[in-house]
Amino acid sequence: MSARDQILHAVRRSLNAHGADSARRKAVAHRLARHPAGTIPERGQVPHRDQVALFRAMAKEVQASVDVVESTDDVPAAIADYLRAQNLPQSLRRGGDERLAALPWDTQKTLEVTTGASAGDDLVALSRAFGGVAETGTLVLLSGPDNPSTLNFLPEVHIVMIEADDIAGDYEAVWNRLREHTKGGVLPRTVNMITGPSRSGDIEQTILLGAHGPKQLHIIVVGTNRPGGKGSRR
Amino acid sequence: MEIRSPDFAKNSSRALHDAQLQRALGNVKLGFIAKRRKAIDKLPEFERLRDEARAIKEHTLKHLDLYLEAYEKKVLEAGGHVHWAADARDARRIILDICREADAKTVTKGKSMIAEEVALNPHLEQAGIDVVETDLGEYIIQLRNEPPSHIIAPAVHLNKEQVEADFRRCHTGLPDGRDLDEPVQLLGEARAVLRQKYLDADVGITGANFLVAETGSSIIVTNEGNGDLTQILPKVHIVIASLEKITPTLEDASQILRVLARSATGQEFSVYTTLSTGPKRPGDPDGPGDYHVVLLDNGRSAMLGTPFEDMLRCIRCGACMNHCPVYHSVGGHAYGWVYGGPMGAVLTPTLIGIDKAGHLPNASTFCGRCEAVCPMRIPLPKMMRHWREREFERHLTPVVQRAGLGAWAFFARRPRLYHALTSMSAAVLRAMAGRKGRLARLALARGWTRFRDLPAPQGRTFQAQWQSGKRA
Repeated sequence: MSARDQILHAVRRSLNAHGADSARRKAVAHRLARHPAGTIPERGQVPHRDQVALFRAMAKEVQASVDVVESTDDVPAAIADYLRAQNLPQSLRRGGDERLAALPWDTQKTLEVTTGASAGDDLVALSRAFGGVAETGTLVLLSGPDNPSTLNFLPEVHIVMIEADDIAGDYEAVWNRLREHTKGGVLPRTVNMITGPSRSGDIEQTILLGAHGPKQLHIIVVGTNRPGGKGSRR
Repeated sequence: MEIRSPDFAKNSSRALHDAQLQRALGNVKLGFIAKRRKAIDKLPEFERLRDEARAIKEHTLKHLDLYLEAYEKKVLEAGGHVHWAADARDARRIILDICREADAKTVTKGKSMIAEEVALNPHLEQAGIDVVETDLGEYIIQLRNEPPSHIIAPAVHLNKEQVEADFRRCHTGLPDGRDLDEPVQLLGEARAVLRQKYLDADVGITGANFLVAETGSSIIVTNEGNGDLTQILPKVHIVIASLEKITPTLEDASQILRVLARSATGQEFSVYTTLSTGPKRPGDPDGPGDYHVVLLDNGRSAMLGTPFEDMLRCIRCGACMNHCPVYHSVGGHAYGWVYGGPMGAVLTPTLIGIDKAGHLPNASTFCGRCEAVCPMRIPLPKMMRHWREREFERHLTPVVQRAGLGAWAFFARRPRLYHALTSMSAAVLRAMAGRKGRLARLALARGWTRFRDLPAPQGRTFQAQWQSGKRA
């Protein structure tokens, strides 16, 4: 008997169960297909405008900085301003994501923008978030050909663009969008939920920012309060 | 790793006299408890989420075989590999084989208690592989050649001066006169040293907080980002996880995630919660080319259907040890193996045997705080009692203790005799104690009186008061 069969056999023996038992199989298939949501905290179950406000407040609670711009056209200027204010060079690396590619980069002549994964020598990276969760100020990023996950971790400063419309109240709303996005197929290789910049409390329980990942997380929210956004869960 | 649980009494005595350790343990009492309280007060649904989390795990364990099969199917669909390991030896062999296949010289590791449980590092090192722990706490204790003393804060037993000394000893090639007084400087140095290791690694090994049956994803939760750099940079990612990490759906994982960080560090959510599904896809510019999951049983299947099944709900948050007066006093190393605190006192005997770990379930005041704070509502004190009973039944309890319990049982079954004896003893003790009401020394009770006085019984016995109707 293979190790696999041995282990499954041992589990079934302990549970006094049979793999063929149709009631058990039905219960499992049902849960996997229906994925019931359980208890959703009230704090995120508010109008979309308030979800965006909550997202910003929660992100700041965990030491992210947050900027809000009217439209995607304003993003390159907002980035240039941020880099200047932080005394950082006007240089960043981003993925080939079409929404990032479509930004009016030519409005910022001094900003040097390169594309592709990071090999560890980039100071600043820009990514686009697939979604945001107001409940805890969490960003959700998907890996893919145009969204390298190394950009989320190797650079010291991580800038993330998120469209207000993509901010939801709770994690479950993002999972439902993700299922639509993948059309029920395989998830992207990496789904990163990011809540603030990297930190560690391993030395005398003192929390310090910038452990192995980015020392700074800067979020640019595009648009603010579109009515009827994707924020509502159901 | 070497089992030192049979020496619990000796280990504890040493810990109580270790001034450095006692200072470091002060951080546990001060930090974790208040932070958890604050986070929970901010979430009115917390108690309901605890019930949900318990129900999810109970349902999953009742259907564990089927969820394991569903999970495996999804991992394979995503292009990953699943390896089943019946015990620690199997897990070590499987992982070494994968490393050899990848011609690995350097392996980076995210924090994994399961890897500690199967003693993975020495096995890989003996095969000539350079193994580097990347979680800051794990890295520090690796330099010191020590096991973790806490499941989420492995170096919580250390003070910054000790870390500084280790860095000066191990990071040769850096200027001697460099300033390492502050934790931020220590962190900066570790970041720089480890950054190169991430880039050099051929294989990255992480644990898993959840294995999601719906999607075939493994989920890790970290604050540092080390687990992510460990898995996206090397060409091979190996996940090692025990069977009970299975969770049906993303929604189910989200319910439990809501209680995990709050119970552990008092954060609303950890910084990085990462879902990994299979290897990188065609066209992906980064990520591992191969993705392996090693599913470890190592005694879990035998716990199902026993009084210890509840322990399989444990999500390794550490709240029980953070609130345990015994852990506060002696720290994690005294427990003598991988898991410390109340969860260790229950789990260790199931994994290494009650004959070796019998002291652990006895190291409890039964104050019940561990159960009160456990996000998964695991009845830890009840299970420690089960272990005490089993230990007694198997005649593993020391002779003196058995004789004492036997004598007590003799009197307890003879109420009149018991009553007469206790009244008499109380009177004698009172007389011996005199006006002070306390005894500085007492035959057969040196273990108590060496560190403090024994208060003499005051007034009449409880039974005498009950008899006379004075019940207030």
